[in-house]
Amino acid sequence: MRAVVSSLLDPCRRFAGRRAIGLVAACILMVAAPSPVAGQGALETFEIGLSTDRIGITSDFSGTRLVIFGALDNADARILRQQRYDIVVSLVGPRQPVVVRKKERTLGLWINRGSETFNIAPASYALASTRPLSDITRESFRVSLSMGIDDLRLSTNEGGKSHVFLKPETLEIPAPADEDPTLVPNRDEYATALRRIRRERGLYNQTIGSVEFVSATLFRADLQLPADLPVGNHTVRAFLFRNGIFIRQSSEPLLVSKIGFEALVDNFARNHAFLYGLFAVALAIFMGWFGRVVFKRD
Amino acid sequence: MNLYLPIAELSVNLVVLFGMGAAVGFLSGLFGVGGGFLITPLLIFYNIPPAVAVATGANQVIASSFSGALAHYKRGTVDLKLGTVLLIGGAAGSAAGVALFTLLRRIGQLDLVVSLLYVVFLGGVGGLMLVESIQSLRRSNGGSGEIRRSGKHNWIHGLPLKMRFQRSKLFVSVIPVLGIGFLIGTLAGIMGVGGGFIMVPALIYLLRVPTNVVIGTSLFQIIFTAAVTTVLQASTNHTIDVVLAFFLMLGGVIGAQFGAEAGRKLRGDQLRALLALLVLAVALRLGFELVSTPVEPYSTSMPSGEIG
Repeated sequence: MRAVVSSLLDPCRRFAGRRAIGLVAACILMVAAPSPVAGQGALETFEIGLSTDRIGITSDFSGTRLVIFGALDNADARILRQQRYDIVVSLVGPRQPVVVRKKERTLGLWINRGSETFNIAPASYALASTRPLSDITRESFRVSLSMGIDDLRLSTNEGGKSHVFLKPETLEIPAPADEDPTLVPNRDEYATALRRIRRERGLYNQTIGSVEFVSATLFRADLQLPADLPVGNHTVRAFLFRNGIFIRQSSEPLLVSKIGFEALVDNFARNHAFLYGLFAVALAIFMGWFGRVVFKRD
Repeated sequence: MNLYLPIAELSVNLVVLFGMGAAVGFLSGLFGVGGGFLITPLLIFYNIPPAVAVATGANQVIASSFSGALAHYKRGTVDLKLGTVLLIGGAAGSAAGVALFTLLRRIGQLDLVVSLLYVVFLGGVGGLMLVESIQSLRRSNGGSGEIRRSGKHNWIHGLPLKMRFQRSKLFVSVIPVLGIGFLIGTLAGIMGVGGGFIMVPALIYLLRVPTNVVIGTSLFQIIFTAAVTTVLQASTNHTIDVVLAFFLMLGGVIGAQFGAEAGRKLRGDQLRALLALLVLAVALRLGFELVSTPVEPYSTSMPSGEIG
């Protein structure tokens, strides 16, 4: 019980550090007793907190579950009862350029011919939501928020943005995709292949119904992270929708790094590459000699 | 029992790695080859990124060829002078090979070139060996199964810059020796092999080096070619995974001892016929991948060609 309370409190502490004291009070209230829901017209506040700000990859790492807690305050009680609030939580991996190549039959052989580069494709993407994304909101919102595997933005034009920070309380629909070149979702065969490959490897996944309200104001999201979770700076992004309209978002950084022996080897290989090569040679020589000595068969 | 490989960046089964090393070690002990041409394709079949498989294969080759060369050195069947000239060419060749490797990876054609080289060289060498050993098996009734070559001269013996190699009883130009070394070094860089399976026939048929000196000398020079390749791959491509290499070597040195034991019970031409069949099987498997319709025609990589 104690652990539960502390894990519930943890997010509060974290955003208390970032925001004003008023929130601390809100947090305490929220945990101590079901908080009174504010009346209509009040602005919802929406925050998330992580129980950790880093994930370490060790030699036996085989994927993990990331639990994210969040608080939704000043929610409209009526809308809450009707379950018209929707929450989407995603963990967006480091954005790295990726080249997708396509093999074509040439002179009887399958050879890489066409290719396309995606400059901001996240190396991993895990998403949890209260309902299917298509039920939560319309496509134009999903595209402009780069939300969901199928609407994930993979590349930008020159000077483009990876995602658009819509103003809170935006009630009007963002400009249609074809009017703003930076908002064109990637939908060609290469983008589809990239999504398919990463989905099959577990790098991209989304689960519906894995965001649940644990009380009137507190919710938790379960994200499943794959065994080959890429190292680097990840971002947890959470979106709040009311009646299908995007109203709030919140984000938190999360660092994934190799720790222990793996980190040691990786750093050695990258920062002292020549020495590492010599070490690999010395190891091989030793192993060869060792085999000879241990099994004196000739 | 799973283990996360720090450079290949994926989880693999430890027992499978060890078993692979042991199986290849057994075969390399049996046939007196480094085993690079087997370990690299095996790693690729096991989903290790080809770039890491090639580089780490070269690393593993050092261990098995050092072990083998040590035994040959004790028996006095290593021509150090010939080996040194070969490895001068070999070092230059590996530099060229690693540079080519980096370039091919950037343009996305590395896998194709590696597979093609394997098919061409393994197919060619395997085919020739099979024909030769079958002829030898038919001919010999209780012979030693050794390849015998007369002192016939060919065009190679007319080249300038001649050098005397006492142990090999050879007086030959250094140009073809350097050339063979260079070619093997380049292949080692691109294919992650020691090149013994090309070196041995080249020394026997082109330079007329006595068979008993060939394997020891070839192993001796492969240690250095593979070492240069390993260091270059580590510094330019960061593709050597020592954890992967360690478990392969561990399996390899153990398997090699049993392989060498088994090898003593077989005749030379029988061994060569078996090796030829094995080499052809690997070539066929890789060739099949090139012509069969892939399950997933798309692949992804980082712009540098690294697997992302």
